[in-house]
Amino acid sequence: MSRVRVLVGTRKGAFVLNADANRKKWDVDGPHFAGWEIYHLKGSPADPDRLYASQSSGWFGQVMQRSNDGGKTWEVAGNEFVYEGAVGPHTWYDGSPHPYEFKRVWHLEPSLSDPDTVYAGVEDAAIFKSSDGAKTWSELPGLRTHKTASSWAPGAGGLCLHTILMDPGNPDRMYGAISSAGVFRTDDGGTSWQPANKGLRSNTMPDQDAEVGHCVHRLAMHPSRPQTLFMQKHWDVMRTDDGGDSWREISGDLPTDFGFVIDVHANEPDTIYVVPITSDSLHYVPDGKLRVYRSSSGGNEWEALTNGLPQKDCYVNVLRDAMAVDALDPCGVYFGTSGGQVYASANAGDTWAPIVRDLPGVLSVEVQTLA
Amino acid sequence: MIKVVLPANLQRLAGVGRVVEVELAAPVTQRAILDALETNHPALRGTIRDMATKRRRPMIRFFACEEDWSDVSPDAPLPDEVVAGKEPFLIIGAIAGG
Repeated sequence: MSRVRVLVGTRKGAFVLNADANRKKWDVDGPHFAGWEIYHLKGSPADPDRLYASQSSGWFGQVMQRSNDGGKTWEVAGNEFVYEGAVGPHTWYDGSPHPYEFKRVWHLEPSLSDPDTVYAGVEDAAIFKSSDGAKTWSELPGLRTHKTASSWAPGAGGLCLHTILMDPGNPDRMYGAISSAGVFRTDDGGTSWQPANKGLRSNTMPDQDAEVGHCVHRLAMHPSRPQTLFMQKHWDVMRTDDGGDSWREISGDLPTDFGFVIDVHANEPDTIYVVPITSDSLHYVPDGKLRVYRSSSGGNEWEALTNGLPQKDCYVNVLRDAMAVDALDPCGVYFGTSGGQVYASANAGDTWAPIVRDLPGVLSVEVQTLA
Repeated sequence: MIKVVLPANLQRLAGVGRVVEVELAAPVTQRAILDALETNHPALRGTIRDMATKRRRPMIRFFACEEDWSDVSPDAPLPDEVVAGKEPFLIIGAIAGG
């Protein structure tokens, strides 16, 4: 029988949640790295027992961890992240130049084919690559040195590269998303990057449809259709069907189109999930109700999924890396909240139940479907 | 042996207790202690001082013999009590947050 392993990063450690394919009875293992912020942990698609974790602290900086046994034991990996070459300024919140400075790793994206290759999206925004299992890291400087980079300004969470998507049909194509610069695409394995933001409009800029400057919160892709990407922007839910060359809005009848997470059903490429958040000044769900919204038509028409979720006095947020799906049928959907709950649905969102209710605030959720 | 006291999060990271001992030849300085600490416990590299510049991280403090050594030159000799192992060299995470 297949198994599911859910990897949860929180503000005070990491947790590994295990269940069989029924996804009813869960074992909770943790906290790993107790007391540290775990922005993200993720397993290698090529070797599911190889996990990587980003461990950080405002006091003690960045640490990287690696597991070779599915998270039972961990070893400290390399934590030297040095920008390559000259480091220019980016734009600060008030519009003034501000020096680039490495702060932390937000997101880890293991290679689809090689367990020892992993990419890291960092703050201040850049992408690093390791080809030796996270022992050493090298920047792919073509992104940070893009001609627009001096105009990039941080979002509320910082100038972070928080999403890395790899095209399973084209190893040279990757996408990176930066708050608040936007989406960038490479077609040469990370050497050069181009903005892919046409169609986005953001009222936080004087030129609302500028080439860069959009506060993209999250991207999602179904591996069978890599030309189609879904986006939760600061405001607006968006879609592209041409690899980011053009975007169109699919917010449709959502109660609010502000939010952080977005994900795609594992078996239905046009079924997508978001968790609307009240607004940019009210980072909690609307009306005290925790509702996942599902579109089965690739956007615009949405249904609220509420069965098993609190519908009264609930004021949590769901952060950008805190939703994931498994690959079973029916598809399992998982998300974690700022209140420390991790909810799971074993039927594509029709009903929900908490796996755990009282973890520290959840920063990230990833799922591995194991044979 | 020189005694070094680590904050709790670094104890867990390095898999050591509250007090770590290091053996050093004279002159015993902050730099020498931190170099030895990082050599003996590589997991601590980058967590107390910047990996490249070797400067103290902003929210770390160094105390010894009831004095704040945080902004003293890393190459200044430490007090005899620290050298003799009678007093520890304290690495402290600054009080911040809740």
